Amino acid sequence: MTFTSIPEASDGALPTEPKRPTMASRVSASFAMFRNGKSIAGLIIVGFFVILAVFADWIAPYDPLEKDFQALRQGPSAQHWLGTTHMGEDVFSQIVYGTRGVLIVGLVAGVLATLVAVIIGVTAGYVSGWKSESLSALTNVFLVIPGLPLIIIVASQYEDPSIVLISAVIAITGWAWGARVLRAQTMSLRHRDFVQAAKANGERLHRIIAVEMLPNLTAIIASSFVGTVTAAVLGLTTLAFIGVIPITNLNWGTILFWAQQNGAFPDYWWWYIPAGVCIALLGMALSLINFGIDEYVNPRLRSAGERARAMRKKGLSASSGVTAVRTAPTDE
Amino acid sequence: MRFLLRRLAFYLFTAWAAITINFFLPRMLKGDPVTAYLQKNQGKVSPEAIDSLRTLFGLDSDASLWQQYVDYWGQLLRGDLGVSFSNGLAPVSEVIASAIPWTVGLVGLATIISFLLGTTLGSIVGWRRGSRADYVVPFATFFSTVPYFWMALVVIALFSTTLGWLPASHAYDKGSVPAWSWDFIGEVIAHGTLPALTIIVSSLGGWILGMRNMMVTVLDEDYVTVAQAKGLRQRRVLTQYASRNAVLPQLQSFALSLGFIVGGTLVMEMVFSYPGLGKLLLDATNAKDYPLMQGLFLVITLAVLVANILADVAYAVLDPRTRQMES
Repeated sequence: MTFTSIPEASDGALPTEPKRPTMASRVSASFAMFRNGKSIAGLIIVGFFVILAVFADWIAPYDPLEKDFQALRQGPSAQHWLGTTHMGEDVFSQIVYGTRGVLIVGLVAGVLATLVAVIIGVTAGYVSGWKSESLSALTNVFLVIPGLPLIIIVASQYEDPSIVLISAVIAITGWAWGARVLRAQTMSLRHRDFVQAAKANGERLHRIIAVEMLPNLTAIIASSFVGTVTAAVLGLTTLAFIGVIPITNLNWGTILFWAQQNGAFPDYWWWYIPAGVCIALLGMALSLINFGIDEYVNPRLRSAGERARAMRKKGLSASSGVTAVRTAPTDE
Repeated sequence: MRFLLRRLAFYLFTAWAAITINFFLPRMLKGDPVTAYLQKNQGKVSPEAIDSLRTLFGLDSDASLWQQYVDYWGQLLRGDLGVSFSNGLAPVSEVIASAIPWTVGLVGLATIISFLLGTTLGSIVGWRRGSRADYVVPFATFFSTVPYFWMALVVIALFSTTLGWLPASHAYDKGSVPAWSWDFIGEVIAHGTLPALTIIVSSLGGWILGMRNMMVTVLDEDYVTVAQAKGLRQRRVLTQYASRNAVLPQLQSFALSLGFIVGGTLVMEMVFSYPGLGKLLLDATNAKDYPLMQGLFLVITLAVLVANILADVAYAVLDPRTRQMES
């Protein structure tokens, strides 16, 4: 019934030395969750796409809709790195400009959904009784209701849904997972000594939540933010692919929509492979960041591989912990 | 018992919420496509059908909201979801009923195969942590984020158009009539292989990762060490001690991600022109067939709920603690 895989709180983030933490050390401590191989690899890939989006005007060799009727459906070449479409548009430029649409919707939807998740999740975890139960029931309802059909139905009622509307709808259907995890973690924090001490000191509720609890929830908030951004990117490209979003909003899904509408499959691979690979790469980068955060929050995940490798070096089998210790002396 | 009652209350509540959302959705959205449609097709739609559409879409502006809500429920309980504009004014419930078996058969089967396969692989990868099996992790990550529809397109391009092994669209050959014959079943399997493959390939990675991470956590528990100290065989420790506990959260995330999976497979159906709920929903969207869209959303949500109940029953079977909560 309860959420069992909640790892222990990340008390390790707080510096243990007695001297007062400086501003710099605090900032660096709050980024500790990103300081591992997986997160850094993910951040580098995301950073690459951000650079593409910000400097699209300089990076893209052509305008995304610039038509070159001398070069229709051409394969990759020196002029057109990823070939051209049926109208002679440069696929590489479309991908570069399309990154903007994807990242903007991902960011807006992620921020909105995380805000809702934090407000509802932390409140549900902190209050008790029927208030907590009803917020939890609300969260579960939104978890169960399939998001994509709802988004399709709402978006299709508008002739020209704006980016903000699309992001908002994606956020409304995407906040529940984060709220659920946050509620579980807040409930476990509520009974910790430091929160009880703050309460006994007569600190006000908003201070307890903002100063005592939120720092211990940052890893989970970050992870739920990254998760919603992933879901938003997938949702947006799917909506664009099925043609619910107007084609004026250029993103990777729109490229695939055009490709399918104009018979790109299967011969004109340069038209549809790159956009899909970009979606998967961005999704993978975001998942990597999340794995990094998971390993930071749950040290067992981090050390499992290392310990097993270390044991193997000593000639022990990792998957037989105790027996291995018994056989070790006979080797010597 | 108490556990089951709690769950039952939750499902009833969710079903009520979904139906209520379905009631308010057309009332909140601007425009009135249904009246426009009715005016365009005056005389073609029977008075009873107009009546039921008025209730479904809140066109009875003279009735109070509460009265509309009660009428709406009465109509749902009679199984009346209105008529579909894009299917020759056939009742929505019939149109949906003809599509359900295809989706349940394909998506249900493929999802269960993917879950079982992914969970098994994940527990092996977790068991052999730190060995070469860890190289599975990055691949699983990549494939778990590939969109279903794109995977479907690639699979068609590869296996159907280029290699010509399997048909790329529809649920059976053009011209054949559904029947319980071996020929027809063979056709259905041939047509269903690629869609099923798409679902399995796109969702397998997520199951492997989830199970692997749970295994790694569970393998550090004392009871696993004790089991090994007792000298139990490795296979027994893996299946009866570690996997059995690691699979519980996995089952929960299975139940919770069903809504997400259904969303992804709906679009995949469109790519394969598979005659299931997803294709129906997208056709309805393109044809602005609002009664059908409404009915589909309701049916899809209820289907996800039913699948959740099944996952809950499986959970209760696997975890004795849920059954002993009465005390």
